[in-house]
Amino acid sequence: MAGTDEREAAFYAIVDSDGRIEPRDDMPEAYRKTLIRQIAQHAHSEIIGMQPEGNWISRAPSLRRKAILLAKVQDEAGHGLYLYAAAETLGVSRDQLLELLHTRRQKYSSIFNYPTLTWADVGAIGWLVDGAAITNQVPLTRCSYGPYARAMVRICKEESFHQRQGFESLLTLTRGSAAQKAMAQDALDRWWYPSLAMFGPPDTGEQVSGGHTEQSMRWGIKRFSNDELRQRFVDMTVPQSEVLGLTIPDPDLRWNDERGHYDFTAPDYDELFRVIKGDGPCNAQRLAHRVAAHTEGAWVREAAAAYAAKQRAKTQTEAA
Amino acid sequence: MKDQYALALGDDALVLAQRLGEWVARAPELEEDVALANIALDLLGQARTLLTHAGELEGAGRDEDALAYWRDDRDFRNVLLVELPNGDFAQTMARQLVFAAYQYELYDRLRASTDATLAAVAGKAVKEVHYHRDHATQWVLRLGDGTDESRRRMVAGLDTVWPYVDELFDDGGNPGPALVAEGVAVDPATLREPWTAYVGTVLAEAGLEPPAGAAPRGGGRRGLHTEHLGYLLAEMQHLHRTHPGATW
Repeated sequence: MAGTDEREAAFYAIVDSDGRIEPRDDMPEAYRKTLIRQIAQHAHSEIIGMQPEGNWISRAPSLRRKAILLAKVQDEAGHGLYLYAAAETLGVSRDQLLELLHTRRQKYSSIFNYPTLTWADVGAIGWLVDGAAITNQVPLTRCSYGPYARAMVRICKEESFHQRQGFESLLTLTRGSAAQKAMAQDALDRWWYPSLAMFGPPDTGEQVSGGHTEQSMRWGIKRFSNDELRQRFVDMTVPQSEVLGLTIPDPDLRWNDERGHYDFTAPDYDELFRVIKGDGPCNAQRLAHRVAAHTEGAWVREAAAAYAAKQRAKTQTEAA
Repeated sequence: MKDQYALALGDDALVLAQRLGEWVARAPELEEDVALANIALDLLGQARTLLTHAGELEGAGRDEDALAYWRDDRDFRNVLLVELPNGDFAQTMARQLVFAAYQYELYDRLRASTDATLAAVAGKAVKEVHYHRDHATQWVLRLGDGTDESRRRMVAGLDTVWPYVDELFDDGGNPGPALVAEGVAVDPATLREPWTAYVGTVLAEAGLEPPAGAAPRGGGRRGLHTEHLGYLLAEMQHLHRTHPGATW
């Protein structure tokens, strides 16, 4: 039996050589716990994220858009399933994780606490929210934990597809009537800063988070800081907004030749922390909806378990 | 006449897709969110092809969206079964079993339609519906032979949907004998026997009885609906109608 130091050295040897940690490998307990938290919260975000878009399935303005939206929300449930499965390789169960979500002991992305007030919001979520998610998640395809990295490869492919569909939906609006274009601009006005806030608190300053970043980088879970990713997202998104003919709601947004990046106004981090703590526009509604679906479905899950047990008993009797 | 037949089958699929879409993010488990969205998406795909075909046959320039969004409930031709509210999961599964078993027999025969588009839709859809029927079957078995509560709810779900079964096989003159004689349409009366055999086997295995006694309801094929359809259409059509002529 190898000693703690040797096992830790073996772990860091894999991480430092850009290898993959697999479920049966030794890993520091803190690494395991951090990954469980991060993957679970990622899974929860997919599940809660079905609600704001699902809100428009019944009202989608063409059958083609309705089909695209249904397929997208179905994909999100599928992403949730992959991610819960990845988390389960770390020794927790999906039921435990859902319980943590339902009792507010684990979080989900702040963005899904904003309401979808018009059809254009569905396009804006595809373009901006999925765009921000991809910016965050593409580096995770190289994350040190194998099951998570592999889940992210599959998820990122589908998310890029959704992001293009969202952009195309907004493009159709901006090429449409004055009312449609106004609807698209209003959606951008409301979703811009919440999307920037998806990257988390700034790297420096009094609001910096509890020091997860440095440790996660050492472990090969995180490869870029929040502000680096936010900047990358802004640089990618501004030219797209120009193609759409929409105005980003930031008077101080401009290209900085010296930096080779856009300068922009940071999101309101006080608002971000309020939303993360549960006091955003839809936090109570989103959680109540999720808990209600789970609670009202309990009898169905119990029936499935009882039926499976009866079938097993029957098979055993027949075999005996 | 042919356009009315395609429209009726398209309306069945469209209205049921709308109902199943209501389940998304509300299902008892994530796997069911995926499954119900998947079934809704299949039905919506069928509806789009059938409505497009109906519009072409009609020849008045109406496309799938004109037919879905600009008709009032008196002009919808779906059977009443598909517009019934979701109720609980057992009621939804009772409706799914009844409808998928019907649609399976229908599409299986419609593959031989002399109308090439109807034959092609049926050829693709029969595979989808085979999966829908299996999905509903598995749940009727689990709920019927699960716990006391699930059995009670399954019985109640079947009671709720059963009065709407007869309309599937006697649907008020649409398609009409001429279309059946031409080999375009399937006479729905001929589907009852294989439907009864399939559903009867599932219910027996689940330890359930087909409900008896309630008077059969009908009228959907003639545009005489329940009060539920008006609300479903108000929600579905609202945004499209607010922006006449817009492209989405």
